[in-house]
Parts: sequence; C-alpha cells; structure tokens
Amino acid sequence: MPFRGPIYMMPAKKTLFEKIWEAHLVAQPSGRSPIVYIDLHLVHEVTSPQAFDGLRAAGRKVRQPSRTVATVDHNIPTEPRGTPITDLIAAKQIAALQANCKEFGVLLFDMDSPEQGIVHVIGPELGLTRPGMTIVCGDSHTSTHGAFGALAFGIGTSEVEHVLATQCLAQQTPKTMKVDVRGRLAEGVTAKDLALGIIGQIGTDGATGHVIEYAGEAVRALSMEGRMTLCNMSIEAGARAGMVAPDEITFAYVKGKRFAPRDGEWDKAVEYWRSLPTDEGAAFDKVVEIDAAQLCPFVTWGTNPGMVAPVTGRVPDVGSLKESDRRSTELALQYMGLEPGKRIEDIGIDRVFIGSCTNSRLEDLRAAARVAKGHHVNTNVRAMVVPGSQTVKRAAEQEGLHRIFLDAGFEWRESGCSMCLGMNPDILQPGERCASTSNRNFEGRQGRGGRTHLVSPMMAAAAAIAGHFTDIRNWKFQ
Amino acid sequence: MNPFRTHRGRLAPLDRVNVDTDQIIPKQFLKRIERTGFGQFLFYDWRFDTGGKRSAGFVLDEPRYQGASILIAGKNFGCGSSREHAVWALADFGFRAVISSSFADIFANNSTKNGFLAVRLSEAEAAELMRRSRECDDYQLTIDLERCEVRDDQGFRAQFPIDEFVRHCLLNGLDDIGLTLQHEAEIAAYEALHPVPQALHSPRA
Repeated sequence: MPFRGPIYMMPAKKTLFEKIWEAHLVAQPSGRSPIVYIDLHLVHEVTSPQAFDGLRAAGRKVRQPSRTVATVDHNIPTEPRGTPITDLIAAKQIAALQANCKEFGVLLFDMDSPEQGIVHVIGPELGLTRPGMTIVCGDSHTSTHGAFGALAFGIGTSEVEHVLATQCLAQQTPKTMKVDVRGRLAEGVTAKDLALGIIGQIGTDGATGHVIEYAGEAVRALSMEGRMTLCNMSIEAGARAGMVAPDEITFAYVKGKRFAPRDGEWDKAVEYWRSLPTDEGAAFDKVVEIDAAQLCPFVTWGTNPGMVAPVTGRVPDVGSLKESDRRSTELALQYMGLEPGKRIEDIGIDRVFIGSCTNSRLEDLRAAARVAKGHHVNTNVRAMVVPGSQTVKRAAEQEGLHRIFLDAGFEWRESGCSMCLGMNPDILQPGERCASTSNRNFEGRQGRGGRTHLVSPMMAAAAAIAGHFTDIRNWKFQ
Repeated sequence: MNPFRTHRGRLAPLDRVNVDTDQIIPKQFLKRIERTGFGQFLFYDWRFDTGGKRSAGFVLDEPRYQGASILIAGKNFGCGSSREHAVWALADFGFRAVISSSFADIFANNSTKNGFLAVRLSEAEAAELMRRSRECDDYQLTIDLERCEVRDDQGFRAQFPIDEFVRHCLLNGLDDIGLTLQHEAEIAAYEALHPVPQALHSPRA
C-alpha cells in the first residue's frame, strides 16, 4: 500500500464562518452552548427598553459601553427634523433610549445627530462594521453587516440584555451553507434581484439554522452596497446570518471611515482580514448553486419574500400548484387582491417606497435617480425616497440626486426605517398597493391592509413613473 | 424565568404556514416599553377590524378554543422580525407552548428565554394533532419536557428534539445571564487578549 503521508499534519480547512466563530469562543462548558464574545452591539429604540430595565432590576451595568452603539431609527418621523413627534408612545420610547444611553454610558446617534440613520446603514458607513467581527443587534436585518465578512445576526430583547450585561452570548453552533452564484448578473439585474431569486429558489425557511456564505463570480463583482443588500435579505430565507468574504473592495470601503483602524492598526487589521476567506476545499453542511444568467428583475406577488416572479412573468395559477402550496397561495392572492395568472406588468400601483436597510444607500439612490431623471411620477402614484442615513442624504444632495427626485415628483425625506415597517406615520392605507425596495411583504407590514411588492430601486423608480410594474431592461433612460 | 416541566392544556389550531412575527404582534404595539400587557394585541389584525371590533371567525375566538394554552400552527412559525414581543404576546395571552414542524431561529431562541416552549414535531405528527384539535371537543394535550414527549388521552405519543442545555435551563427556570457570568474569569481573560480597538475610543473627527 502506498504511503499516504501523515494527514494529521495538514491544517484543517475552514470556512469564513468557522474562522470567526472559533476566534470568538470564550468558553465551551460541557453540556452547554458555547459562549461567544460579541465585538459590537448595535442598539435601537424598539427592542432595547425592556433589556435596560432588566439590567436595572438586577443591578447590572453595561459591561463594555465602548462596544455598544445606539441610534434611533424605527419609529422616528421622516418629516423635517425639529417637527415635534405627535405619537406620544413613540416619543416615550425614544426618550427611554436617550435616558438609558445616558445612564449606562452608551454612545447614541440621536435624532439631531448629523450621523443618525438606520442602524444597519450607519454601522458600515461609520466604520464600526469591519471584517472578522461578531456583531449583534435586536433586529433581524443585522445580517446586513455580514457583507464585510463579519458574523452578524439578529437577537431578541432577552439576548440584548444578555449582551449588555456580559458582552457574550450562549449560542448553539449554526450549520453552514454556501450559496454559489455562477456567472454574472445581466444589466438591470441587481443584488436585490439576486436575493429575491435565491429566496424564490430555496424558500423562506430554506436556510433555517444555517449561516450562508455567498460566493461566486457574481457576488465578488458586487459593490459593498450590493453585498449589504444581499446579506440583508438572508433572514428572509430563514438564515441565521449571511456573509461575503472580505476582499480589496471591502478594505477600500472601510479605509478612512470614522471608527476604522488607522496607522499601524490598519495594516495589522488588513493582514488579519486577508486570512479570513474560506480555505479552498473547506466543507459546508449544504451547498446551493445559482445560475446568474437565469436571474432577471423580480417582483414579489404574495405575502412572503419567497412568493416572487420575474417581471415578465405572471401571478401563479393556483390550479397548477401542488396541494400543499395551494392554500397559502390562495390566502396570499386574496390578501393581495390579485387574480391568478395576471401579468406582473399589468399590476398597477398607488405608492412607491425607496428606502430601508435593504436599499437606501447612496448607490441605491443613484440607481433610482438614473431611472427617474427626465421623467415624472405617474399622477396616480405617491412616491417617497427615504435615505438610509443623514450621511447618505447629504452625499445624495451634494450630487444633486434630491433635485432629480423632486423634479420628477418624488418626496425627499429625512432618514429612518420609515415605511419599511410603518412604525412611524409613513404607512399604506388599506388596499393601497406599493412597489417597495424594502425586505418584507408580510400582511400589514407597511400598514394594515396595505399590499407590498418587493423590487429593486430601479424597478421601484420605473414603477413610480409608469404607474405599474415594468421591465427595467427596456427603460428609456434620459 | 418560570420553570417548564409538564403542561397539560387545550390545543388550538392555527392552520397557516409561515406565520410571521408581524402577524403575531403587529408593529403598532411595539412602541410600549414594558414586557407585559401584549396578550390583548396577539394576532391583532386577524382578530380585530380597523375599528378595533372583534372580527368574526378567527379560530382563537371560537368558544371551543377558549382557554387554550397550547397552539399548533403550520411550518416556519415565527419567521421574520426578531421582536421578542411575539413570545411575550403569546405567553401573556395564556399560551405556554406552540407546536409546529419548524420554527424560525430567532423566535425559537426568544421562546426559551421566556419559559415558553417551541415544540418541533414531524409534519405528519403535527398534521395529526391539527386534525384531532379540530375533530375532538376540548382536545387536551400534555407536553412533558422531562421525557421530551407530547401525548394525549387517545394514544397519541410523539417525541420532540430539544437542545440538552436549553432543556436543562427550561426545566430549572435558570437565568441565562447568571449562567454566563459563572465564566467571568474566562470572559475577563478573553478581553485582556482582545482589548477594545483604539479607534472605538477616539474616532476620527
């Protein structure tokens, strides 16, 4: 028998996830979940008050205030700043965060801060989000930060309290899933369409219990903004987190940001970040292959993000479905007010929302503005653009994007989560149909009785002008 | 946290898949800063009309399911938003457990922190219980966490999987934070090796 060599000398091949996970293990008590260290804890007004109350009741402190950063985003109005908040319960919740941050010594980007914004927009743009980190927030779209090659996931309020008190979490080790996107995205097909295409293929529970790593040529070609959009939607496939290996595009984005390492710390950091990508031949628990050439601009037609069709396609014909999918499809179509078999391009809309932690960054606004330029919003449509942060808003205004939107008849508003979840006054009225760049088309998500169709920023802008969904690949850019 | 050992109670069927946390507790109720009082808003948009009047026909309001303390629903229960308010609302309404063939991760995590049990059965077992809860009056079920078993009085018996440590915490009503703080020495040692980066203390202007 030939001598095969001592295989035990080979270093184990590891995935990006495994490298970060192992580097953050604080303790592995026998018979218990591993205890993982958390590098950055992002906090907002909605899921934190009960956690701070818990600390107070137990006489505990915030263990690492300098690893904890807060902002207000979920329920703040997008009216000009300084307009009083008329929703008294929302105002009380914002005041609670202000008081808690003061009491516990946590940095807060408040309403009047020039850097306020959606928590998943400001983390990256301030350089708080960096490769190799563990990041949590009491918000499911924390998966966004995985775009930097960080392990970032959403937690509930009890876990928020746990991280505040211990800077750690006891977590069962998730499984790994590779989503390998072969080939390149065609013109007009964006990161949002890639995300919707993946969810359409694997389903809203297709990645439950797994951390997804997005790989392949199409993913490598995405900008950081595109990678954030893709990772953001991981939770809509049920994933614990989504990640993209860091590369030169990542480093160039982080460099020079306000909280990014500098001088000697920067070089050391980049050297470490270069060691993070998944080793050639490392094993995943599950692998999914996606053919980028098969993707097109998508529009959701139902009440979860997996209910999606190509813009050139039709609402499903219920009769052609398997028995198990028939009832949920019927319920969805009933809620959405759509007849089976209707052409997607024949669906007229009343509202357009361009914003949210999925699609409210500068690149998203540029893409939408390019479509809107020289056109006018359809007379039957009310369209709003809500930048993800004050920083995005200023940058967009410097480029004159706000002029393009305002001239075309879009509203240009202040930063926040806004109509993505309708906790502030920006909501749909019952029966109103909306083309939205956000992440969830659940019943009532954008307002009770409201009907949400998820699309990319370009597709949303085009729908605003046409008054119905239209294929961006045929758009007359001016 | 209240311990969970064995619970017997009436089963109510919610025959829908992918019940997301936006349905369990709609966003307009997330502005409260308390942990209590969410039960009245459970499944609000399904249970009440826009004027706040009780809508007809929602299953939890049928007389035969009054007082139910166990819910059974279709797959992927609790998907979507991380809001723990969903668990608080279910528990405050009077539920001690929910049964499904699958749960979203964050919902399942949040459940365990509140002494609330997310019981995973096979699709066939869940479908059988859904059927029995509809066909039998006052259908009672027992969830036995010590044996990891669900059973009724007519011979139904099924085992459910649960992480051993999670089970231990639920059985004993243990406080997670206290357990982690038993590892104070290891946390401190980790922090000594991994100090807070300089840039976090002194960001660029």
